[in-house]
Amino acid sequence: MTKDGTEGEPKVPDQTLLSVNGLTKAYPGVVANNNVSFSIKPGEVHALLGENGAGKSTLVKMIYGLVRPDSGDMALNGAPYTPSEPRAARASGVAMVFQHFSLFDALSVAENIALGMENPPKQNVLSAQIREVSETYGLPLDPERLVGELSAGERQRVEIIRCLLQNPKILIMDEPTSVLTPQEVEILFETLRKLSAEGTAILYISHKLDEIRALCDSATILRLGEVVDICNPHEKTARELAEMMVGQTLHTPSRKPHKQEGVVLQVSDLSMRSATAFGTSLKDISFSVHAGEVLGIGGVAGNGQDELLAAISGETSPDAGTVTVHGTPVQHLGPNQRRKLAILTAPEERLGHAAAPDMSLIENALMTGAIRENLTNRGFLKWGAAKTFAEKIIANFDVRTPSPNNAARALSGGNLQKFVVGREILQRPDVLVVNQPTWGVDAAAAADIRQALLDLAAQGSAVIAISQDLDELMEISDNFSALNEGRLTAPRSVQGLTVDEIGLMMGGAHGMEAAHV
Amino acid sequence: MDLSAINPAALLASLMVAATPILLAAIGEMVVEKSGVLNLGVEGMMITGAVTGFAVAVETQSPFFGFVAAAAASAVLSLVFGFLTLKLLSNQVATGLALTLFGLGLSALIGQAYAEQRPPSTARLDLGFLSDLPFFGRVLFSHDPIVYLSLALLVAVWAFLKFARLGLVLRAVGENHDAAHALGYKVVRIRMIAIAFGGACAGLGGAHLSLVRVAQWTDGMTAGAGWIALAIVVFASWKAQRVLLGAYLFGGISVLQLNLQVAGIPVPVEYLSMSPYIITILVLVLISRSSTAAPASLGKPFFATS
Repeated sequence: MTKDGTEGEPKVPDQTLLSVNGLTKAYPGVVANNNVSFSIKPGEVHALLGENGAGKSTLVKMIYGLVRPDSGDMALNGAPYTPSEPRAARASGVAMVFQHFSLFDALSVAENIALGMENPPKQNVLSAQIREVSETYGLPLDPERLVGELSAGERQRVEIIRCLLQNPKILIMDEPTSVLTPQEVEILFETLRKLSAEGTAILYISHKLDEIRALCDSATILRLGEVVDICNPHEKTARELAEMMVGQTLHTPSRKPHKQEGVVLQVSDLSMRSATAFGTSLKDISFSVHAGEVLGIGGVAGNGQDELLAAISGETSPDAGTVTVHGTPVQHLGPNQRRKLAILTAPEERLGHAAAPDMSLIENALMTGAIRENLTNRGFLKWGAAKTFAEKIIANFDVRTPSPNNAARALSGGNLQKFVVGREILQRPDVLVVNQPTWGVDAAAAADIRQALLDLAAQGSAVIAISQDLDELMEISDNFSALNEGRLTAPRSVQGLTVDEIGLMMGGAHGMEAAHV
Repeated sequence: MDLSAINPAALLASLMVAATPILLAAIGEMVVEKSGVLNLGVEGMMITGAVTGFAVAVETQSPFFGFVAAAAASAVLSLVFGFLTLKLLSNQVATGLALTLFGLGLSALIGQAYAEQRPPSTARLDLGFLSDLPFFGRVLFSHDPIVYLSLALLVAVWAFLKFARLGLVLRAVGENHDAAHALGYKVVRIRMIAIAFGGACAGLGGAHLSLVRVAQWTDGMTAGAGWIALAIVVFASWKAQRVLLGAYLFGGISVLQLNLQVAGIPVPVEYLSMSPYIITILVLVLISRSSTAAPASLGKPFFATS
């Protein structure tokens, strides 16, 4: 079936499917939504646009029955709509695809889908239905496979099909493209356009402006829990939308001209078996980074990013291959010995990996800084020096915290990220690896972190930025390379690299070509 | 040494009786852990069941009431654990250990009055001609009802987890409680029911020990049976058939080593006494080498973020 083959019923433009009137929800210390109103028509693709913490998630949780509003009301097809739980929302025809997939790794695709349905048919009937729906919408899926073995794109298909099997009137998509390759995004958009043509309304949450401009008929922009504007995204530029979303003028990181010199980090034929059941093994990874270079490593989450960082930091030792820094082999060394040689890392998981959540910022500064900043003396801690170091990070990187004695957990995501990245940068690394440097960080803080990475490279360090945000990588990288199922593509200069080429480096559409007619 | 004194039929028959308390406790704990809760209080719930079952059976002169009371008492005790860990979010490991210590102490207190008494005997199930079969009649078809109940329960739990929708929901809750909550399943309620079921099973197992297998009350009489049930669940990779294998292996070797001690084989008693633990764990570790599929949310605290 082609996307033009069936157009479904014509849209009814003057009829309102869901209207939201004056919804307010407050949590202790913060008003997540304040008097939010908007409406959506059948077949309309409506965007909810806003930064992290703008209240998008709370709003859709209220529509999906996970959170109850403090005040305000909703109406579905003209009748009052007050879902007390997700079950009630689903029964009324509201379905949701979650940002962090709500799937069960150890269960099969069919079992996962059955869990999201009210009265699932027998497994074999359900499997047949799954095959049928997945063919119709160009989302091929084997119902018997374990979800833990699927790629991120395939996992999202599980969620979408789970929703489609219930013939929803409204489909809520929470940040659906953050884990997809550009090709997979294109296929998803075709599916969504097809659903829209059949009369299904789509509430599309994102902070990616180009996507919204390409896909959505209208957009509600949220800032700090309030509706800033409701507009037609086709009539706005990406920059106008961004400034409405952020509420201030954005500055783009600037790069000073600098030259790249000799190779600092050289990785050759590195292979490493994954230690966990659903992890990714690294296969024959080779690349080098020069002094002053920023190497951007893209790829869909779960394709070996964490493992690559661990192999360079020394947390795990590779099964084969070499890692050399300034010509010295280091692959057999542990993390502290590598830190001594100025190889530093900032992992993705802020709480639990990069920082110990319940320990103070001083203690967290000590933990990676002890060696290079000389914060210990014969096994005893130098608290004074550690405090000075923590304060230096806080001052240099504009970390908003009442004091360095506060627990890492108490900081907002953006502030903690600035602290974690700043802590490594201030230790003057020769090699710095950062995974997801600006994940979940607001736009202003993200710009600061990117600028700091560029400045570090300008001073002659070799920087590796691993990220799923392609725009970010295009902005800061000199060379780009992608991880796909544990293999790394040969790095290419960012100059002149097209989105299609990047998508192919990331693995194309992960087995979707056949169905993508 | 006189090995001819060992009667194979009697040995196999007592194997089933010896294994039943552990099997019951392990079935219950398997369901609890499948729902994502680690209850280390099995030993405490078993001995609470043992003393409650004993006391009620003596007072009413009815083993039936004894078993019912044992299941109920241990279920109530387990709900205390459930309330503390699921509602008040206390640490599951510490609370489970406390439950074991509490159960041991409470049972000693209740049991003081019953130390010298004998319980009413539990009637064997009369299976007609089956019980009269040579050899098999004695080994398989001449036991008390609880032995058969434990086997029926095992099959029922296996089928429930594999085929029933509620079983799927229970596994889903144990696998990823946040996702299950997002889909609208009542994580805490489902876990609470699983915990109560686990408690009732442990209580039945304890009562089988005090009313049938040993048929008297002594302090601390479970002697680690709850712990071995816990170990069996883990080493059996949360699979019903392997739980059965582990429990019967343990029961079998326990009975065999007692017989060997009586027969006077020239091996130190200490080695014989430790053999059931070592062999059971060893066998289960060997067969479960490749699969370590613990429920992903096992032992993690759950709080609904909404």
